[in-house]
Amino acid sequence: MNERQPGMSLVVQTVTRWLKGFIFLYGVYVILYGHLSPGGGFAGGVIVASTFILLTLSFGRERALGKLGKLMASELDSFGALLFLLIAVLGTAIGGTFFLNFIEKNWPTGNFHLFSAGIIPLCNIAIGIKVAASLFMIFIILAVIRVQEVRGKRKLITTEKRRKER
Amino acid sequence: MGNVILLIALPLAMAFFIPMVGRKVRWLPDVLANITTLGLFVLAGQSWGREGIYTMGGWPAPLGIVLVLDGLSALLLFIINLISFLATLFSVDYLEKLYTSKLRYYSLFLLMVAGMNGAVLTGDFFNLFVFLEIASIASYALVGFGCEAEELEASFKYLVIGSIASTFILLGVALLYGRFATLNMADVASALQHHGFDQVSLFALVLLVVGFCTKAALVPFHAWLPDAHPSAPAPISAMLSGVLIKAIGIYALVRLVYNVFGISPLLASLFTYLGVISMMAGVLLALGQWDFKRLLAYHSISQMGYVILGFGLATPLGLLGGLFHLLNHSLFKSLLFFDSGSVEYETGTRNLEKMGNLVQKMPVTSGSSLMASLSISGIPPFNGFWSKLVIILAAVQAQRPGLALWAVAGSILTLASFSKIQRYAFWGQGKDFDAKLWEGWKEVPVLMRVPLLVLAVLCLGSGLALWHGLKGLFGPAISVLTDGPTAYIAKVLGR
Repeated sequence: MNERQPGMSLVVQTVTRWLKGFIFLYGVYVILYGHLSPGGGFAGGVIVASTFILLTLSFGRERALGKLGKLMASELDSFGALLFLLIAVLGTAIGGTFFLNFIEKNWPTGNFHLFSAGIIPLCNIAIGIKVAASLFMIFIILAVIRVQEVRGKRKLITTEKRRKER
Repeated sequence: MGNVILLIALPLAMAFFIPMVGRKVRWLPDVLANITTLGLFVLAGQSWGREGIYTMGGWPAPLGIVLVLDGLSALLLFIINLISFLATLFSVDYLEKLYTSKLRYYSLFLLMVAGMNGAVLTGDFFNLFVFLEIASIASYALVGFGCEAEELEASFKYLVIGSIASTFILLGVALLYGRFATLNMADVASALQHHGFDQVSLFALVLLVVGFCTKAALVPFHAWLPDAHPSAPAPISAMLSGVLIKAIGIYALVRLVYNVFGISPLLASLFTYLGVISMMAGVLLALGQWDFKRLLAYHSISQMGYVILGFGLATPLGLLGGLFHLLNHSLFKSLLFFDSGSVEYETGTRNLEKMGNLVQKMPVTSGSSLMASLSISGIPPFNGFWSKLVIILAAVQAQRPGLALWAVAGSILTLASFSKIQRYAFWGQGKDFDAKLWEGWKEVPVLMRVPLLVLAVLCLGSGLALWHGLKGLFGPAISVLTDGPTAYIAKVLGR
């Protein structure tokens, strides 16, 4: 047999190639419409992360890490949380109360439209970034880390590092 | 009152900011973390003696989430932020030698601090659960931070038992919400006063008490603590034993029982029984330990027994004893864990049998550990003596001389087990003592010595906190508890 290709069969890879964009877009949709329809930052973030998880499963982790590196995911994770806090602190700066909804609720297009509900869509976007990045990180870390014997002690080792040592 | 929100927002922000900027510059995480915890300590000092309500997002009390600052939360905030500042100071050199990845460490550490600050400030049941989970989940990760087999096992055990406790708490909160259609603590208290106790609220109370007792590691809910606390890095052990079990265990339990449900004779006697059992079981199990930190961990259970015994007496004097012992325990137990960390830093072991004669090599560490040992054993003039004295006097005053006798017995056994530490580690020699290794040992770096000295001075000086007794330093906190649910409702809801 030839050298083993990373990932799953051709069928899975082809379907993934077709679907990944749609899944990603659906995640973005769920995040953006979180204040109007079921869903929101968390649910949408999970769907976005599932795109990358699907890529990892069908093509191997190198392909997925090429799209969204581990360092980048970690930075995005922190960035999402900081953005969320920034919105909350802006409430203090503008209206004097933490998490104050300081944007007019029906501005600019009136209630029940995409651009409405003040800071809630912004919070949803921040949560979406955070959840997507951190779920992808969790999956990658579970895929990369192994328990190994090092000088008689059992330690957690990332498999990438081990490859370099060889 | 506006500064109170910073106690939660600042550590949360820094927890995510440090890993973003700290990758390139080696010294930046240390500096940022220490500045943050120092700032938090200053903020906690500012909130001392103040009272007030902070409404999140401008939504008034029963609808939105409120933060409630009163005497009891101010006391806890002071303890949490004092110990966390000293722990970050201690971490700088300790982590450099024994662990890797300071970025993740500080990130988790600050998340834990944010969770605890939030848990003692909030006036909302579900918010309490969220902050408690932030603090707990950060502590699960920190317990397994060394990533060795034993540490991971301890972390997993802690994770499972802690999650069961959290589930109990969540179920209790859900039942209360189902019964009274509100999550605000004061609103639940007011609904309980109007409708009286029924079986749903009683069941919710039982679930919440079991959950918080597990978080506070009272016997028989203590199984996770003797594994989890020794496995963590020493500054984290100091945080877990010194602060975490108090902030999300004892504090939440006491707030719930005194200010929401109202203390009843049944609950009071439950507290005293839990107190006596924890006190005796903890100290008896500690006697046989040879692992420095494991021995200390068992003593945390025992000392929490004293605290909850004081609260169970439900007299003002008993409450004074409980609160004072809570403060003192956080001082001397974090000092002892810092000492164990210093010893581990130099000798590379936690086994008492391999240590010996450290008093000649590490004068600061051994001196401060002697002072902390005398404190925890209740020898005058150290702080442990005064708080145990108040608890014993309160037991006698409440016509419960039996409880006083148990407290004295526990104190004597504590002295015995700390004589063991002093004898084997510092003044004498263990069985496997190696004189060749001993030659190479020396005192720890300056940054690790500072927290030891500060806490040793506080152990000696904090006996003065008893000045003016019931009306002194602990007066506001005691009156919060003795005034009961009615005053709490009036304060939060204004009716």
